[in-house]
Amino acid sequence: MNERNESIHGVACTFRSPSDVFHAAEKVRDAGWKNWDVHTPFPIHGMDQAMGLPRSKVPRLTLLGGVTGFITGCLLTWFMNSYDYPLVVGGKPFWSPIFPFPVMYECTILFAAFGTFFGQFILNRLPQHHHPLFDLPQFARTSDDTFMIVLEARDKNFHLDESRNFLLSLGGQEITVIRE
Amino acid sequence: MAHAPEHSTDRPEILDRVNPAELPRSKLILNDRGFHWITDKVCGIVEEPTPLWWKVTFVAALFIASFTGAGLLYLVSTGTGTWGLRSPVGWGWAIVNFVFWVGIGHAGTLISAILCLLRQKWRTSINRAAEAMTIFAVMCAGIFPLFHVGRVWFAWWLFPLPNQNGIWPQFRSPLEWDVFAVSTYFTVSTLFWYMGMVPDLGAIRDRAKTWWRKAFYSVLALGWRGGNRQWSNFEMAYLLLAGLSTPLVLSVHTIVSFDFAVSNVPGWHTTIFPPYFVAGAIFSGFAMVLTLMLPLRAIYRLHDVINQYHIDNMCKIILATGTMVGYAYATEFFIAAYSGNAYEKFAFVNRAFGQYAWAYWIMVSCNVITPQLFWFKKIRENHALVWIICLFVNVGMWFERFVITVTSLANDYLPSSWGYYSPTIVDIFTFFGTFGFFSVLFLLFVRFLPLLPMAEVKMVAPQADPHAH
Repeated sequence: MNERNESIHGVACTFRSPSDVFHAAEKVRDAGWKNWDVHTPFPIHGMDQAMGLPRSKVPRLTLLGGVTGFITGCLLTWFMNSYDYPLVVGGKPFWSPIFPFPVMYECTILFAAFGTFFGQFILNRLPQHHHPLFDLPQFARTSDDTFMIVLEARDKNFHLDESRNFLLSLGGQEITVIRE
Repeated sequence: MAHAPEHSTDRPEILDRVNPAELPRSKLILNDRGFHWITDKVCGIVEEPTPLWWKVTFVAALFIASFTGAGLLYLVSTGTGTWGLRSPVGWGWAIVNFVFWVGIGHAGTLISAILCLLRQKWRTSINRAAEAMTIFAVMCAGIFPLFHVGRVWFAWWLFPLPNQNGIWPQFRSPLEWDVFAVSTYFTVSTLFWYMGMVPDLGAIRDRAKTWWRKAFYSVLALGWRGGNRQWSNFEMAYLLLAGLSTPLVLSVHTIVSFDFAVSNVPGWHTTIFPPYFVAGAIFSGFAMVLTLMLPLRAIYRLHDVINQYHIDNMCKIILATGTMVGYAYATEFFIAAYSGNAYEKFAFVNRAFGQYAWAYWIMVSCNVITPQLFWFKKIRENHALVWIICLFVNVGMWFERFVITVTSLANDYLPSSWGYYSPTIVDIFTFFGTFGFFSVLFLLFVRFLPLLPMAEVKMVAPQADPHAH
């Protein structure tokens, strides 16, 4: 990256069909790019491999949420019905892992879902209402029927003219420079 | 015994000899509609000027919803005695309506979660509306237990929150399990629904022309950019939420059935309740999905994305679950007879031939007999008839909950304490109004949010496969 690129976010290139963008992505991956993305209206099957992406880390947050939820359920029922205000009901034990199991079960699912939901948005860095891509007129169509590869200026492979030509050689349709 | 082939994985020889025809898979999207058509169709519903039918229906729905408002206002200002609840029936329409509405919700989660795990691609075009239905149905359901507590301003005592009396909820009661089950269900369904909608909200944002529309959908879409790095996390999260919702939805109606099954009342204290309630819930929910989707399909001309294949599948699920429900009715009778318990036997004979026999036979004819019509292709293709059958199913499932709740309480152990329960006008107003409340929410959803999950429908289109050529 050189000083000239400081006000440039990257280069965008549109593609017509899922198969065009899929094969182009494979070539970008093989050229050793790290800071780039493929914008599509829907998730394309196999694109993670075509881009060489590692497995998503969302499941770790789901597990974390689930374990937290289960422990919360146990502590909640034990603290309330057995420790803070023991109440005799039908001669049943103050606390056992059996009777409050539905509560523990639901807490596990609730917290695991929170882990998944918020985990997904945290990992995706959302909400993020300002992004240089939103200023690009072509970008609006990537949620409709257009596919777009964006090579970012912060990647060590990035050089404005070379990257443009590289995208053209992949069969791209329309090439635009994205300014910050 | 015939000679077994050595390699069972080999293609059987017979297939080469008879040369069977290759049957093409049923098409999910008719007329080879492209990606842009799908975007236009779904965004068009939100972008068009408000249609007249919508305005008229919305006003009508608001009017009907006001009945719930009036019923609840009268209840709160006077007391729960205005409902028809008195000894021996302390659980009347309130619990019946609660179970009815929660059950309706279950089809939405079945479509969005269980069918997702089973890779049933046909779910894509109906899942958004079905999930919305789930959320609104659970909201309607919540009204009843909330107001049944009597002093509704203390309803927050149901939750594990510190209060000035220094006491906590009592977790040995199934009713408290229900609080956790239903509130978790509502929360997780809402998260799942909203997360699935974010990319589609982004699509509406990208097409927005006016500033207020841009602002509204930008806020909701959270700055979604549809990059594959985002899709990768999104798809994983979607799959995990489907995996979490599946045991959740099964547990919710299981726990609802515990409200009954954990008691000692004859006719309630049975182990069949959890599976029987879950099957019934899915049965009634699918009927409601069809009740809503058939008119919407006609109004918005969605015939290419919700086609006969989708309707056939839903009818077949109604047929299957309806038959399970019928089987459960028969099993209940058998087990009652086989148990040798006089009270249990009486409870069931009394259901079919006692003072509530009229309700029992409405239930049987609506739930067991009418869905059997879906065996016939001609009937599944007659959408007006499908719609009417679905209404019957909804009525039948309401009566099922009525029969279970009321017959067991009205005639339990001691004949001296038997009674006959009827609802009051306040009960009727409150329940009638919930249909308006539900419709108001559903109409707002249709008008302002993407009715079909565009991204998911595009994903199942044949041209979405990158190896298609």
